[in-house]
Amino acid sequence: MQKDVILNGRIWLITNDKGELINDIDTDMIFHNQYLTITDLDEMGQYTFDNLEGWKDFADKALKDDIIVVGDNFGAGSSRQQAVDCFKSLAVQAIIAKSFGAIYKRNAINSGLPILVLDSIDLNNIENREMVEFDLENGETDHNAINIEPFSKVQMDIYQAGNLFAYGKNIK
Amino acid sequence: MGKTIIEKILQNHSEQKVEPGKIVWIDIDIRTARDFGGPNVVKNLEKYYPDTEIPDKSNAFFTFDTVVPAKTIPYANSQQICRDFAKKHGLKVYDVNAGIGTHILMEKGFALPGKTLVGTDSHFNILGAVGAFGQGMGDQDIAFAFITGRNWFEVPETIKINLKGTFSYPTTGKDLVLYILRKIGSKGVLGKSVEYYGECLKDFSFSEVVTLSSMTTEMGGIIAYPHPNENVKDWLKEHTGETPEFIYADEDAKYLDEMEIDVSNLKPQIAAPPKPDNVFDVEKLKGQKVDSVFVGSCTNGRIEDMRLVADIIKGKKIADDVMLRVVPTTSEVYGQMLSEGLIKVLYNAGAVVSNPGCGGCANGQIGMTGKGEVQISTGNRNFTGKQGYGDTYLASPVTAARAALKGSL
Repeated sequence: MQKDVILNGRIWLITNDKGELINDIDTDMIFHNQYLTITDLDEMGQYTFDNLEGWKDFADKALKDDIIVVGDNFGAGSSRQQAVDCFKSLAVQAIIAKSFGAIYKRNAINSGLPILVLDSIDLNNIENREMVEFDLENGETDHNAINIEPFSKVQMDIYQAGNLFAYGKNIK
Repeated sequence: MGKTIIEKILQNHSEQKVEPGKIVWIDIDIRTARDFGGPNVVKNLEKYYPDTEIPDKSNAFFTFDTVVPAKTIPYANSQQICRDFAKKHGLKVYDVNAGIGTHILMEKGFALPGKTLVGTDSHFNILGAVGAFGQGMGDQDIAFAFITGRNWFEVPETIKINLKGTFSYPTTGKDLVLYILRKIGSKGVLGKSVEYYGECLKDFSFSEVVTLSSMTTEMGGIIAYPHPNENVKDWLKEHTGETPEFIYADEDAKYLDEMEIDVSNLKPQIAAPPKPDNVFDVEKLKGQKVDSVFVGSCTNGRIEDMRLVADIIKGKKIADDVMLRVVPTTSEVYGQMLSEGLIKVLYNAGAVVSNPGCGGCANGQIGMTGKGEVQISTGNRNFTGKQGYGDTYLASPVTAARAALKGSL
């Protein structure tokens, strides 16, 4: 069965005290290396953003199907999968960033977590907790203050398969 | 049309036509996992490929380097999960005595020019120093590569960086890479491959070439290839017994961008917290008090780095109230330090020298910083909270050793 390519969710604008989307959020801010012995997905969510100034209580605030919006170079730093898995653990539906760290991008795509590149955003005309609809296939949204780029082909193929392992079995 | 270095390496490992921006399947020569990420690689393998033999066993292994030896029970459990799996499948483990995985791959001759290697370490691009393609990956990617021997890659575009002019001691390769970060920033080469050319690279020690390659991660890059010099070729020959055959870019290779960075008479550089690209001349921060100094990491923990430090502190004492912590990259480096008398020099000066590993960077064996503590580190990252609640500055082994003696910058 094909997965739905339309996502609906309430957004979190991950901003600093100046109201700007935070850039360069690295994997130690997302999921600190002190928790790296955790291998159980259910346990990971509680530590999400636990080292990100201003957002240390994110795990308590996040609700199922939320969508987070961040700045440039999200997920810079280490190769840890937990920095992706912690969002899955919280049932966060998607991550939208101006750009992603190269390894983070791979990890998210491979695990089937939708990540989207922000094409443009007008922070004066969009607010936290607004409900926004995103089309993964053509990049359209139902909010004129936020625009995204559509999925790449490999990303859509892995997303539809579920994850890299399922995708890999199909292509052989 | 000509090809860049990364394009040639990927083309040699793919049946598809390699072009920048295109996603292609690549054969992977060496697959590894370390103690961070390793247990999850095992978990994925057991979940998605139960009762499946690992193919090409001699080219898949575990390397323990982040918390060595395991300092808590969860870390010990993580390592034992990897050991048990390796034993069951007949895979080699470079255990807690070995050192940093990427460096072992170079020392043991697995990382050679033109090879493709992956591991659960974001500084796998260090292997660009020896002309290989190294890619850090998460545990799903690695588990997939363990079984299939391949993975998908988006072929990166290449940026050519020409370094103009030369510099000399006390300025080193670390100062150069920090200066490049200062110029191009944390997203300067995001998702790109880099080729470095320039006269200043000719005299770089092997360690300096490694340093330059390793901090590509902090610029957002996939990998960097410093034009290989005689020191690198000699080092490889010494370690493998064979003359290395480097892959070079074609004359008509197509680059996304070509930059020139003037490094004439470059002065020592330092990255102030909280980011590796927050770089200044060391001079500008003169007088900054220092509580602790860490020399080591995959970026600056080789024998050449240790010699620089030992030369400076030989016969002297570290400043009162300052702690100097030294971690060699690998067991080989530790052995060299022993035979050259460097450990004695460090001991006499009042330093702590630990067994090889990642040291200060990975919640590791050499300790963390406390709130208010100012640390000078020869590592590669100083993000808030990464190495504890103290403030971490990134600098060369020379700057670090001088700070240890003086108690300030």
